[in-house]
Amino acid sequence: MDTAPLDGNATAGALEELFAFDVTVARTTCATCGDARPLAELRAYLRAAGTVLRCATCGAVQVRLVRAPDRAWLDLRGVRVLEVAVPHSS
Amino acid sequence: MQWLVGTVTETIPETAQAVTVRLEVPDWPGHRAGQHVDVKLTAEDGYSAQRSYSIASSPEAGALELTVVRIDDGEVSPYLATVLDVGDRIELRGPIGGYFVWDGDDSTPVLLVAGGSGVVPLMAMLRHHAAMQSEAAIHLVYSARARDEVLYAEELRELAQDPHRAVTITLTRETSDAWAGRRGRVDARLLDEVGWPPAVGSQCYVCGPTPFVEAVADALVGLGHAPVNVKTERFGPTGG
Repeated sequence: MDTAPLDGNATAGALEELFAFDVTVARTTCATCGDARPLAELRAYLRAAGTVLRCATCGAVQVRLVRAPDRAWLDLRGVRVLEVAVPHSS
Repeated sequence: MQWLVGTVTETIPETAQAVTVRLEVPDWPGHRAGQHVDVKLTAEDGYSAQRSYSIASSPEAGALELTVVRIDDGEVSPYLATVLDVGDRIELRGPIGGYFVWDGDDSTPVLLVAGGSGVVPLMAMLRHHAAMQSEAAIHLVYSARARDEVLYAEELRELAQDPHRAVTITLTRETSDAWAGRRGRVDARLLDEVGWPPAVGSQCYVCGPTPFVEAVADALVGLGHAPVNVKTERFGPTGG
């Protein structure tokens, strides 16, 4: 496995096109090992075929993103739970 | 978040390999210290390449500044660092990132640990600290290969004059005897010496090549710093 990947910070621009919230502070729970941490700390692999985010603890793929000019595919099956902060509503 | 067009207003050589590009970006919404932008270059045939660059300027600075270190066989950095000239335009999107940011709205001590070009987002934090006249204790530990690769050397000397700020530079491959400062890698002993005891709850920001970030983050956690207090940004194998 590549020992010197980037991290989730590098994928933030691409993911923010799809989400309404700041993805770097969103927390994922790994569906494989249960590790929970900010997406910014996941290991990111940016390749021509797409972007992969792997669990920082067990290495399992959590997120896959593939882009075409007019659409995007997001595979989140490696994420058990995605937790985001939302503005307070009373 | 859409692609904006920035116009180069100045290019400032920092070292033999690095240039700071100052940009005017209409409708720039402002940024937080530590955030980055994605830059997109498009060739005439439509081929485009994108890279992320940390914002070097403080939120208070009038213009947006990126410091680009040229990687010899890079796709984007050689263009930005050597070809780009005043008046040229580039596409960029941002500001991006809410994790690796320091706003300075509390007085918790801050430890910044930079490997090579990882100093860029941490410099934005130090510049923000100065612009805010923050009284939070802040210490930058900066590892570079040699003296002539140290970015912002003069400005760091000036910033370190303030009693709330300190800068420790360590060189890993400097051969000249003229360097009287520290040598060697950033290790647990150095971090323990210049950092605060974990009980203080200091916020640590580590940025640079991935192996550097992993080693430093592990060392900080090994010293007892809570993982939640250690924020990381990895620049990849070479860090450039």
